[in-house]
Amino acid sequence: MAEKTKGKKAPYKTELNTPLLDELEKGPWPSFVTDLKEWSDTKPQVGQLLNQLEESYETRWNYWTGTVLNVSGYGGGIIARLSDKAEKYPDLAEFHTIRILPPAGFVYSTEKLRNLTDICERNGAGILQLHGLTGDILALGFSNEGSKDAAEDLMENGWDLGGSGAALRSLQCCVGQARCEMACFDTMETTRFLTNHYISVLHRPEFMYKFKMKISGCGNDCANAMISSDMPIIGTWRGPMQIDQAKVAEFIDEKGVEHVIDNVITRCPTRCISLRGKELVIDHEDCVRCMHCINVMHKALKPGKDKGVTICLGAKRTLKIGDTMSSVIVPFMPLKTEEDYQNLTDLIDRMWEFWNDNAMDHERIGEFIARVGMGTFLEGVGLEPDPRMVETTRTSPYIKFEELAPGRLEGEQKQEPPVWQREPESTESSP
Amino acid sequence: MSAKLAPRDQGVPDHKPLLHPGMARNYGKWAYHERIRPGVLLYVAESGDTLYVVRAGSPRTMSPNTVRKICDIADRFCQGHLRFSMRTNIEFMVEKEEDVEPLIEAIKTELGFPIGGTGPSISNISHTQGWLHCNLPGTDAAGTVKALMDDLIDEFENERFPNRVKLTTSCCQINCGRHADIGVIVQHHHAPRINHGNMQICDLPKVVAICPVAAIRPAYVDGQQSVEVVDEKCMYCGACHGQCPSMEIRDADTDTLSIWVGGKGSNTRGGPSLMKLAVWGLPNNPPRWPEVSDAVRKILQAYKEGGKDWERVGEWIERIGWQRFFEKTGFPFTKYHIEDGPNAMWTYNRSAHVRI
Repeated sequence: MAEKTKGKKAPYKTELNTPLLDELEKGPWPSFVTDLKEWSDTKPQVGQLLNQLEESYETRWNYWTGTVLNVSGYGGGIIARLSDKAEKYPDLAEFHTIRILPPAGFVYSTEKLRNLTDICERNGAGILQLHGLTGDILALGFSNEGSKDAAEDLMENGWDLGGSGAALRSLQCCVGQARCEMACFDTMETTRFLTNHYISVLHRPEFMYKFKMKISGCGNDCANAMISSDMPIIGTWRGPMQIDQAKVAEFIDEKGVEHVIDNVITRCPTRCISLRGKELVIDHEDCVRCMHCINVMHKALKPGKDKGVTICLGAKRTLKIGDTMSSVIVPFMPLKTEEDYQNLTDLIDRMWEFWNDNAMDHERIGEFIARVGMGTFLEGVGLEPDPRMVETTRTSPYIKFEELAPGRLEGEQKQEPPVWQREPESTESSP
Repeated sequence: MSAKLAPRDQGVPDHKPLLHPGMARNYGKWAYHERIRPGVLLYVAESGDTLYVVRAGSPRTMSPNTVRKICDIADRFCQGHLRFSMRTNIEFMVEKEEDVEPLIEAIKTELGFPIGGTGPSISNISHTQGWLHCNLPGTDAAGTVKALMDDLIDEFENERFPNRVKLTTSCCQINCGRHADIGVIVQHHHAPRINHGNMQICDLPKVVAICPVAAIRPAYVDGQQSVEVVDEKCMYCGACHGQCPSMEIRDADTDTLSIWVGGKGSNTRGGPSLMKLAVWGLPNNPPRWPEVSDAVRKILQAYKEGGKDWERVGEWIERIGWQRFFEKTGFPFTKYHIEDGPNAMWTYNRSAHVRI
């Protein structure tokens, strides 16, 4: 682990030679190339970065190697990159990204954002990405020493590192009640509570693989939770939605009946809305809280008053077994009181324990459930099966009914330890 | 390293002092919100307070110069507060309608950022790290996005689609870019090339175990422990490459790009859906990837013409059928469009419902 001691030597100034990247300075969309070129006057290593990127554009090849670097006490948060072209671009020899936990809902004061910018500038190349798909603030361009100094500097200033590796990842949420009438719970507070409650497993990878939680205030899912997190928490409500019939009539007067039929009545996934003159009649028992009608008639319709969350589980993108989508694990739970939050963390603790005790290496919780079966999973975490967890009941008739075969299940195999735990019968007799 | 360490495990900064005063005052007490023009949203609180949100597209990767310019504008117009959206747009907020125009002017002239990305428009493209800073990419990300958004900026600044269109790009088969109405993905076309001389850096049992199709098995090569790949089984996904850098899956000469359509995360109407293959075999053509832009434009044009109000790309295709999707976009339907994974049968047309 001999580290090159570069001291405070000024970065090597390089002549920019980027004819291909210059093509990306043209056009109306803001150009990161122009921005970084200008910035390379202040931070010469950024010039080297652009020259290396230019080489990638020429050769269609990548010149970064990934490695591991940690700050004292943490097992993640730094995405270490070493350039394969360090001889040519010496200041890219160590050029790491730091993941930083953003404020919930990505809200900033300029004071806080300037502070972050200053820290990244004084300890490294200063390039910021707001935000990465993981939900973190990404700060690019730190050496080994610079990463550690930046991390200390960040933490002195009230920032903390984000998650990486087989750990809880940085949580992400929509703007929620801070600015949206549709939010059914306080997404920002939930994000902050869960992040801080589980901060140790976020910083110290101890899972079988990564675990992502994303939090949206309603079914519109602005946080992209349903298809890109292991555990989406989605706002919902119990009982009827709120209808202001006067506003319904206004809407119909303004837009016409056909508009309401085409865009509201027939677009309802469970066909639970009908029109009686200028009144909307909603069969609330069949409403699945998809949010569509509320989106269209946002002044006339609102979520119901008894609000809470639906918790799903299991989404990931395609690598290995293919895409998994999140499915319902808790149809409804309130999320207001301390007791509600206690119930939520109890459930998360049980799910993590069962998953990590039984999953294979590199197996996300969705892949794990796909392998062991939802029935087994529910039993493992102590949840009762609920028909709202499935789209249909099963089609395969081959089932091990424990109740219908009690004698054999109890009397025979069950007592015997699995093969790998049995004592060898005789070690001497084998030739 | 300094002897004294900063406090650990502080968690996320408290968001409450970071909220725009208009948000803080009306937290949890909002009445409704609506789009008053492309790029500008109006939030109305129960108290009657108003908050105008001006959404600006950003390039995501920014220098301190740019971030400070953003802060300057937020200081002058927005009481020193701002917000970023999920798709890397910047949201500037003002409480009075008369401040909207000057704010937009300042964003356009001082930052050069476009205003838009609201409602039935194209939002900023969610993207990955690419050649700029990833260790596994087959193509770039920020550059691809810049080239594509240059082409599509009109659709960012206007709301002319049946519903919103979300785009993503991914620079390898891991697909960090995720599902979207239209997604661009790199595809590899060869089994990994194994650097047998450098397998000591990898955990061999893990390399074998991670293969989803059991194509990797242990082997001795030149007297050293290594692995071999059964080409017939390998599906070129690159899972092993993420596990072990000595299993090189990329090939600068043969990697191509493909375009996928119909992904949706929201629970509205039919609920979330995955994106499906539309076009394959596009060249990985830096610096501007014109073939990708052309194909995306064709899909968008057909969707704009044929989609009904509120239909997302996937819902439009579901209604008109894939046959008409290929007719309208002009792309060929090939045997590679037909699923051959474990759930393939459920993607066939399992009825006699046929448009003739």
